Amino acid sequence: MERLRRKSQYIFTLLANAYWLFPWKSPIYQGPLKKICFPGLNCHSCPAASMSCPLGAFQNLLATLRPSIQMGQLHIGAYVLGSLGLIGSVAGRMPCGWICPFGLLQKWLFLLPVPKFSFWRPLRRGPYLFLIVFVVLLPLLVVDSLGYGSVWFCKYVCPAGTLEAGIPLLSLDQGLRSAAGWLFAYKFIVLILLLTWCSFTSRPFCRAICPLGAIYGLFNRVSWLRLRFHPDRCVQCKACLTICPTDVSFYNGLDDLNSAACIRCLRCFSICPSNAVSLEFGPVREDISKAVNTLEV
Amino acid sequence: MKRYFPLFTTIAFITLLALGIWSGEVPVVWHKAVTVCLSCIGIG
Repeated sequence: MERLRRKSQYIFTLLANAYWLFPWKSPIYQGPLKKICFPGLNCHSCPAASMSCPLGAFQNLLATLRPSIQMGQLHIGAYVLGSLGLIGSVAGRMPCGWICPFGLLQKWLFLLPVPKFSFWRPLRRGPYLFLIVFVVLLPLLVVDSLGYGSVWFCKYVCPAGTLEAGIPLLSLDQGLRSAAGWLFAYKFIVLILLLTWCSFTSRPFCRAICPLGAIYGLFNRVSWLRLRFHPDRCVQCKACLTICPTDVSFYNGLDDLNSAACIRCLRCFSICPSNAVSLEFGPVREDISKAVNTLEV
Repeated sequence: MKRYFPLFTTIAFITLLALGIWSGEVPVVWHKAVTVCLSCIGIG
């Protein structure tokens, strides 16, 4: 299963960045595939990006909502939310574990031989904060005299934009390089800090910041695909907790197995020696939440 | 009722997706994605 997941991460990273003509042709891909939102975090200004970034697209639609209404159009981000919601309703947060290029990068960085630190659990609320404030409210409410807002998350937080788009484009274009100022310096520092954090802690961006993961995470309990914990089979060996990249502690009832923190990497499902974790696809079974509540009591 | 949440959410988001396509959001998404985003790369 882990080998399959690794292959999936590599294939989707290549698919999301399949335009390798940028040094000779247009600096970024401008074909029809960019009408499709890639289900992971991958900046569409990356020279090799073949699809659009859902977070960037959603913020752009919200930032231009007022002018679009004035022109008689209602562009509220339904296309982007519909795309993400459709994927989330089927697989929950599975794209985070199987598709996202930035998740793959975090996995690589965590392999570096440096001391490892556990994640501070209250930061789990971070992704919702970034989603509500930086992705929705600020682009929607902070507007100029013409009614245009800005893409706040992309501009001030997103490390993928700096890494995948900023650094390559500035390396290739003298004009862009000379235009870079304090904002690029700030974004570069944010990127370095985040990448450093990724080497010390497992998937900190997914767990503390990523608004895309926050959206998918909302579906984990009600998606077609779900994980199911069988407490009667559990031998309390903690193998699931040891291997979980987001420290979902379901064996002792601290977390729900289908909590929003789970990125559906399915490593717990693969490693459990007593088959206490199973996969389900279908309508929600009423006894799942009861099983968790029984454990908590 | 909770049993059919996956079905409800899938239908709701397919409807939302269709609404977005119908209201002309796809060309807007494409137009933004084929232009270098200066905010994303840290310039403007």
